[in-house]
Amino acid sequence: MTSLILRGGTLVDPSAGMDAPKDLLLKDGRVAEIAAPGKLKPTNGTEVLDATGLTVAPGLIDIHVHLREPGQGYKETIATGTAAAAAGGFTAVAAMPNTHPVNDTPEVTRWMQSPDRGAKVRVYPIAAATRGSKGEALNDFAALKAAGAVAVTDDGHPILKDGIMRETLAAAARVGLSVIQHAEDTRMTLGASMNAGPMAFKLGLRGMPPEAESGLVDRDIRLITELRDARAHLHVAHTSTAAAVAAVRKARRNGLRVTCEVAPHHFLLTEEHVGLYNTNAKMNPPLRSAADRDAMIEGILDGVVDAIATDHAPHATHEKEVEFEHAPNGITGLETALGLCLRWLHREWKLPLGRVLSLLSAQPAALLGLKGRGTLTVGSFADVIVFDPKAEWVYHAKQTHSKAHNTPFDGWTMQGKVRWTISEGRVAYASE
Amino acid sequence: MAITAAATAVPVRRQLHLPPVAASPFPYNPGSLLSIQDLSLEAVSHLLARATALESMDPLVRDQILLKRRLALLFYESSTRTRTSFELAAKSLGADTTLISSLSSSIEKGETLKDTGLTLRALGAEAIILRHNSSGAAWLLEEATWLPVLNAGDGMHEHPTQALLDLRTILAHVRPGAASVSADTLAGVTVTIVGDILHSRVARSNMLLLPRLGARVILCGPPPLLPELATGAGPGISPHRQGPVAGDPGIPPPRQRPVAGDPDISIERDFDAALRNSQVVMMLRIQAERLAGLQLDLEQYKASYQLTGARLAAHAPSALVLHPGPIIRGLELTAGVADGAQSAILEQVKNGVAIRMAVVERALSSGFVKGSRP
Repeated sequence: MTSLILRGGTLVDPSAGMDAPKDLLLKDGRVAEIAAPGKLKPTNGTEVLDATGLTVAPGLIDIHVHLREPGQGYKETIATGTAAAAAGGFTAVAAMPNTHPVNDTPEVTRWMQSPDRGAKVRVYPIAAATRGSKGEALNDFAALKAAGAVAVTDDGHPILKDGIMRETLAAAARVGLSVIQHAEDTRMTLGASMNAGPMAFKLGLRGMPPEAESGLVDRDIRLITELRDARAHLHVAHTSTAAAVAAVRKARRNGLRVTCEVAPHHFLLTEEHVGLYNTNAKMNPPLRSAADRDAMIEGILDGVVDAIATDHAPHATHEKEVEFEHAPNGITGLETALGLCLRWLHREWKLPLGRVLSLLSAQPAALLGLKGRGTLTVGSFADVIVFDPKAEWVYHAKQTHSKAHNTPFDGWTMQGKVRWTISEGRVAYASE
Repeated sequence: MAITAAATAVPVRRQLHLPPVAASPFPYNPGSLLSIQDLSLEAVSHLLARATALESMDPLVRDQILLKRRLALLFYESSTRTRTSFELAAKSLGADTTLISSLSSSIEKGETLKDTGLTLRALGAEAIILRHNSSGAAWLLEEATWLPVLNAGDGMHEHPTQALLDLRTILAHVRPGAASVSADTLAGVTVTIVGDILHSRVARSNMLLLPRLGARVILCGPPPLLPELATGAGPGISPHRQGPVAGDPGIPPPRQRPVAGDPDISIERDFDAALRNSQVVMMLRIQAERLAGLQLDLEQYKASYQLTGARLAAHAPSALVLHPGPIIRGLELTAGVADGAQSAILEQVKNGVAIRMAVVERALSSGFVKGSRP
């Protein structure tokens, strides 16, 4: 079968505590050998990539993306979304179930993983927790897991009712799936389109109070505490408020399996970036106050945040060119995550490179139990990113591999340029 | 599960050294009036002077100024005063106007604001006067068409011509004969705005304008209609000159505190106390159409905030009473007050025509009216 040698690079694998010059042999989609520089001899048919001066690391894993298929191929397809993922250094993405139809059946879960979808990198479906994500009746978690689902969620909507959330946590624990909560008490966010606060008042927009997020996180932590099942795992999606991060921190100290993710826009931007109704600064949860934004950075630095996830949410341009309150929520993120993390978390906040990479690979893989991913130990999947961690470049939304251009980071300077993204031994992306 | 709770100490907070946030690109067209913040005090002075000049001009001379120029009035919400006064203003300058309202146009069929704007431009509209129920709609329309856009009220956000006509009315009473305005023109004058501040674009535009002329503004109303953070919406800090643009690499520094509030704007929950300090009292209608489920005890509201003859006589016997309209007699104010000697409500309406003549003239005189990108 195929084999590939990565020669001359520095291997940074936080899962193995590795940071040293190494050459890699990838064979049949797996990591076959790690050797001292120059020790690997290519045989006939072995491709050799020269990674001199570059960093070689486990492919990145984004556990929160919206690929829009089935049903909304005009926004994004699995093929285009994973092409953007590959360009951003991601070799695996977990796709949210708010598609049309909602991914609440094994059929849709399998359909999303079919080779016919043309995925450039590995797609892990996350299935809906409840029928149609309506928060009323639980789906068959065992069947969904057997079809390939790696977690359950009603993302886009919360699992609001206490009883349903309690049942969801219990049923998911029994089959070994994580429950991902979109923590928004929608009774407090009716008609709201940005963070509640002085900016919302000034702009004449209805606001989402931070308590709508933290209140539901508190409720969920109470439910998982009462459940007393060590297998139960609550993961808080796109955490955006200081109070929610504090609640997760406290739950963890109490020994609970409660984890959380933060999106780059929530550790970089604030409600001020809504400016004069910039719909590319509209997402849910919304950009929050500066104090909340700082709390995201603090949570990342002190380790309570378990993963950086983009919440990649592509929309067609015409859908965003409408009145702010009518524009759909969400921004793209797959191509900008690494560049923003290295520019800001690593360079500005001095988070070591290994920690940054861990938040983007080993930790999210562990969080969802993705075996053989997020690591480059021998035998694991040959999911590799080769990049120059120091190179600066400017992101242009028009040059995206995604179908969508809805990003607030157009024209921003990024740090860390991807040279190759290798998915299960195949080059999924190569820069010019 | 292998979750690393690494023990990196959180570094001492420090300022990120970031490029400043770039200025907003709005307005694209110098003829536009989107926010009252778009106008310098010189521009406000000029508009007030033009309003006076145009008002007293021979109608047969005046209607040559914008002869056969084309203006579209695009109205997504019902309106009596604003629509009619814009229309009369444009016509008295000689312009042709056409009215498009959401209930009798393709807007009903799902046409977007952008497409409606581009259609009007293709039909020859040289400027668009927009009334819309969504905050920010005027910015969207200007970005789509690059035409001069006059914001005739966008959702709960702004109503800049109302602030100008209110200013003209106030000046006529407290600073008669003032030929221009400056940063201390209204020094010593307190204007109390009463009622449904939360949903009021009139309140927001006035809060952005009056303190710039030295006035003190007191906001008065119950907490559900007047949140504490409302004082932050004054001109002291504003998104209008610091909003980021696409491609702007600026990030505000961390720990930038939410707005502490404008020193010239304060909240007073006791209506009588506010009245005692006021030279001008501006009453607002409760915007039932925007309450979004909010329940109000109207009897209690009237007891606390209705402007009655007795209240006025006891606490502010010489204050000027304003109301942007429509008034609901017997709710926010009594019929006696509305029709009383202190009321300047109909004077406001009349000033609306003069101010809008000046604003329409400005829109079509900027030399950049074709809607083409420079």
